[in-house]
Amino acid sequence: MSLSVSLTVNGRLRTIILDDPRVTLLDLLRERLALTGAKKGCDRGQCGACTVLVDGRRVNACLALAVSLDGSEITTIEGLADGDDLHPVQAAFIACDGMQCGYCTPGQIMSAVGLIAEGRAGNDPERVRELMSGNICRCAAYQGITEAVIEAGRALAERTAPSERTERSLA
Amino acid sequence: MNRFDYLRPTSVADAVALAAEPGSAYLAAGTNLVDLMKIGVSRPARLIDIGRLPGLDRIDWLPDGGVRIGALVRNSDLAYDARFAATFPAVAEALLSGASAQLRNAATVGGNLLQRTRCAYFQDTASACNRRHPGSGCDALQGENRLHAVFGWSERCIATHPSDFCVPLAALDAVVEVEGRAGRREIPLDIFHRLPGDAPERETELDGADLIVALRIPGASAAFSRNARYLKLRERTSYAFALVSAAAALDLDGGTIRGARITLGGVAARPWRARAAEDALAGRPADERSFAEAAGIALADARPSGDNAFKIELARRLVARALALALAGTPAVMPALPASPFAAAAGADHAA
Amino acid sequence: MPHDVLSQMPRPTRFGSNDGQPPTRRDGELKVTGRAVYAADNHPDRMLYAVIAASRIARGRVVALDVAAAKAHPGVVEVLTPDNRPALAHDPNEKIPPFGFRIEVLQDDTVRYPGQPIALVVAETLEAATEGAALLDPRYETLPARTSRDDGERFAPQAVGVGSPPRTSYGDVEAGLAEAARVVEADYVTPAQYHNAMEPHAVVAEWDGDRLTLDMPNQALALSAASYAAYFGVPPGNVTIRSPFLGGGFGSKAILNGPQVLAIMAARMLDRPVKLVLTRAQMYGPVGHRGQTWQSLRLGMDGDGRLTALHHRSLSATSTFDDFLEPAANASLPLYASPAILAEHEGLRLDTGTPGPMRAPGEASGSAALEVAIDEAAEACGMDPLAFRLLNYAETEPGNGKPFSSKALRACYEDGARRFGWADRPLEPRRMRDETGFLVGWGMGTAVFPCPHFPAEARATLRADGTALVETAGADMGQGAWTALAQIAAESLGLDLDQVEFHSGLSTLPNGGVAGGSAHTASAGSAIDGAGRNAIARLAEIATADPASPLFGAGNIGVEARGGRLVRRDDESRSERYADILARAGQSAVVGFAKAERDPSTASGYAMYSHGAVFAEVKIDPSLGQMRVTRLVGAFAAGRIINPRLARSQYLGGMIWGVSFALHEEAVTDARTGRIMNADLAEYRVPVNADVPAVDAILVPEEDPVVNVLGVKGVGEIGITGTAGAIANAVWHATGVRPRRFPIRIEDLIGHLR
Repeated sequence: MSLSVSLTVNGRLRTIILDDPRVTLLDLLRERLALTGAKKGCDRGQCGACTVLVDGRRVNACLALAVSLDGSEITTIEGLADGDDLHPVQAAFIACDGMQCGYCTPGQIMSAVGLIAEGRAGNDPERVRELMSGNICRCAAYQGITEAVIEAGRALAERTAPSERTERSLA
Repeated sequence: MNRFDYLRPTSVADAVALAAEPGSAYLAAGTNLVDLMKIGVSRPARLIDIGRLPGLDRIDWLPDGGVRIGALVRNSDLAYDARFAATFPAVAEALLSGASAQLRNAATVGGNLLQRTRCAYFQDTASACNRRHPGSGCDALQGENRLHAVFGWSERCIATHPSDFCVPLAALDAVVEVEGRAGRREIPLDIFHRLPGDAPERETELDGADLIVALRIPGASAAFSRNARYLKLRERTSYAFALVSAAAALDLDGGTIRGARITLGGVAARPWRARAAEDALAGRPADERSFAEAAGIALADARPSGDNAFKIELARRLVARALALALAGTPAVMPALPASPFAAAAGADHAA
Repeated sequence: MPHDVLSQMPRPTRFGSNDGQPPTRRDGELKVTGRAVYAADNHPDRMLYAVIAASRIARGRVVALDVAAAKAHPGVVEVLTPDNRPALAHDPNEKIPPFGFRIEVLQDDTVRYPGQPIALVVAETLEAATEGAALLDPRYETLPARTSRDDGERFAPQAVGVGSPPRTSYGDVEAGLAEAARVVEADYVTPAQYHNAMEPHAVVAEWDGDRLTLDMPNQALALSAASYAAYFGVPPGNVTIRSPFLGGGFGSKAILNGPQVLAIMAARMLDRPVKLVLTRAQMYGPVGHRGQTWQSLRLGMDGDGRLTALHHRSLSATSTFDDFLEPAANASLPLYASPAILAEHEGLRLDTGTPGPMRAPGEASGSAALEVAIDEAAEACGMDPLAFRLLNYAETEPGNGKPFSSKALRACYEDGARRFGWADRPLEPRRMRDETGFLVGWGMGTAVFPCPHFPAEARATLRADGTALVETAGADMGQGAWTALAQIAAESLGLDLDQVEFHSGLSTLPNGGVAGGSAHTASAGSAIDGAGRNAIARLAEIATADPASPLFGAGNIGVEARGGRLVRRDDESRSERYADILARAGQSAVVGFAKAERDPSTASGYAMYSHGAVFAEVKIDPSLGQMRVTRLVGAFAAGRIINPRLARSQYLGGMIWGVSFALHEEAVTDARTGRIMNADLAEYRVPVNADVPAVDAILVPEEDPVVNVLGVKGVGEIGITGTAGAIANAVWHATGVRPRRFPIRIEDLIGHLR
């Protein structure tokens, strides 16, 4: 049974013929679309290394069957920077040393982008920590991660015009 | 993971018809099912993807002040719905204490009800488990069982239901709306999950093709909105299942309790509603002594299923604490650490 | 090839401050954009996917595998079992020195532990290989599993850890205890822990004739390449390992394991590239772990609180077929000035995968027990735990009187205590509450970690344009080697960091040694420093011999390398750019090379350790027992710090490992089957972000003129030592309950709370 799946991945519409319904979004990205930024840490939704945005929301790519996402818009770490300009979250992770081995980093960053868009944490480090707890970092770069999320949130808020910001927080 | 047929019906009726074929399973977000398929616990021959079924992703307010939540509403959308969180705050707090932000963004309300136990012997296909493989035995009974049930268990199964969400739902008289081959019916949430008895493999009151379409919380339960909490003990601060949890809600008339709701989580194969304790609180002063007595009543029938007697004492204290927190009032702002005993701890900047 | 032995050379000029420079990670941009390539990200043409089938029993034999069912699954190409797997050139039951282990590569149908590979399924897709492995449906002949202290065989080990002595004795412990005014005796238990690097072990193996290319995360490139070559009967030079990024290692990727060998075998058998990635569950078996320990401590103190004897005994678990014993008792050797110390180990054989070095092997588990015992001793003496430690401060290495190469531990105690506010601590437990009524406790521990040195080589090439290429086969598993080593290179070459191209993580480069023992920066860094200076020396030879150079004739006076120029030592105005020197000499490059080894006289004459002090605050719900480490302050002295930003991250990470040791992680084994019942990342709990609200690390300045040419000690592992004990001691201080089992659980406390 072949299945056709249309996904907009990092802004590009792709129609994928899947010969196997078992393929998860994560394995589709990594093994079939050569987008290896999202990482497999546990493959069971227990670590967050595979976090991507689906229709703007952060989710675990390892637990989503690709076929079930037909028509969705996917953003991965590869789609975050604007050409050579890093996304503010990416820049903040470097500045705050919010990483060590880097393996969980794409997931951390996509999770942080999702968190900032959700608008539930503000500048409260305790809320950031709680809402970033779905991303395990065995190197335990948590302090830098928390600082980076707060710093990037601030940078993004400054970048966003006030009217837009209101819309975003109501969304 | 086995190969399966993938089907995507366009209506509830079609879904139910398709699911009638043996070996079928409904797929919503898949946050639990796909995981179980990966570890071989679940091997469905057909997946009926209900994720796009129309009309199941709405939150509707009812004339009685209650709410009807479509089965496909995502956990995070429900928890962050302002009116919902204000009306049923313990439910929102429970939702936000569960899993991670990513999982809450994906997981659906209906799927949450149907998550399977976290019992390690259920998940380990090399172990005997009557729930997974009827008649094979229960390796948890003599195994690593410090996290297992203290209520309603049987020699056939000592597993617990892992949901946080279901705990306050049971307390608030939520009802599950189910569409089956014989039409639509309703099941009270606090008996939706079956106790193991002789047939632990029958985990819920659902029959083969039954599909959860919605949950309802009656308007009367909104009476608890100002004094309702969910409290959860975990072995790390976040992203962990409950060791024990409790939902407590009070309807107060001055210093007197008009009505109380108490449900325990992580202690049985279903959220464990403590009705006798609730009854004991009615008409009593809202104070520590009443709460301690109620907690004692709530745990009176508990018995360890293994190396887990500590859970009984822990649950007793937890009930008393949850009631005290409910009395102190629903927080104006969702705590930074929802449901954590540290939610109110000093020293951290909680201002959002 | 020119060759310097650095220990015979004069100490180099120090550039920059003792605190080093804090540039951000050079590989930061690659890591935040997803362009950093980890092993499993590779996908050569025609690649097949391999999946391990792992044993579900602990001991016995595989008597049947349904290979036909697996092969019938669409996409499955081959199934490797003991019946058809190709022969190896080296017996997998024989270890390859120095760090080799006995490995399980389908040599027979014996099962020695749960999780042992019993077959390898290779398929066109990952999905097919995964299902093929599930369809094998093994049947076993099962023998009783030996899983506990009571049913495992005890033995007297020849060595513990990697070649450490199993028994060390100074003075007369029994006499010391007999004369003591107070004696503290206690038993402590530490669990099996699994490295659980975020990146599972992975390999992409590709053969070209008898040449083998491996993409795999690897902490010991040269050793590993030689070992793989031995297993497959090809010359070491035929094996190339590419390991540009490791997604964490913590010791588990320094050791060669069976699964990777099987994948390489399959690639050769099928003549196609093969990728194997272990599942998270498969990380609990063939790739090492921290073995369980049961430790007993006896401490004697005189009337003033001075130690009269320290006896530390560890029963350390290993597998039934190989030896790696957590050298826990040796943690008591270097730290406290007791006239009598006895550290001894006994082995215990269990049906488990062989343990291995895991971040601070021995020091972590030994320190956890020792630091609690020290706290108990201080309590017995009615003393403040810091005062007790200061009273028993070792001015020289206990037992042998060797001087420390450097030891700023007093400053660590002082700075850490000040930052933490230790002086306000009440002596008695259960005296502190916060505003919400939570119990508050403060505890401390001493951190210590030795400074080994692995032989390492490096090459530095000064290029015609005045930039440099510096090469060594090192490993960056997150510690920041790509940045810190490049900084060392830049300094030795007198260049700015951005003028240095640094190549590493490739086995064909000069041997960078092992990224382990917290020794990589010191070891590979010393080689790089030497190579850089060697290149500069050669450049200087050219310049000073060239009449056209402003440096002509400065040979005896000497030149310095600075800002891309050689500068005459006695006359700043006379200098020349590297590029100009090379251009005039008509050379495209000048190459320097060095090998760095530790001078045996240094090794025998000095005690060399990094030190630190960790202070912990815990808050505990007064009736529910829920715990949280609300504050952690560590102060560490580790010689010269190359990059304080990255060193700090290492300390913080290590300290959070200490949090994990104290409160979270533990492999739970079913005593009947030996299976680990929480072989995942949900129930095997490591800390999440919310667990560590406030962690702080102080970098205490320390100059070490002895330890190596750079004065660099190690920072990678020390953070976990001291921390686990500090937290346990804080739990005691909050509750009055003395934890003696790790991790500390709610049920250990609630019986004592109300």
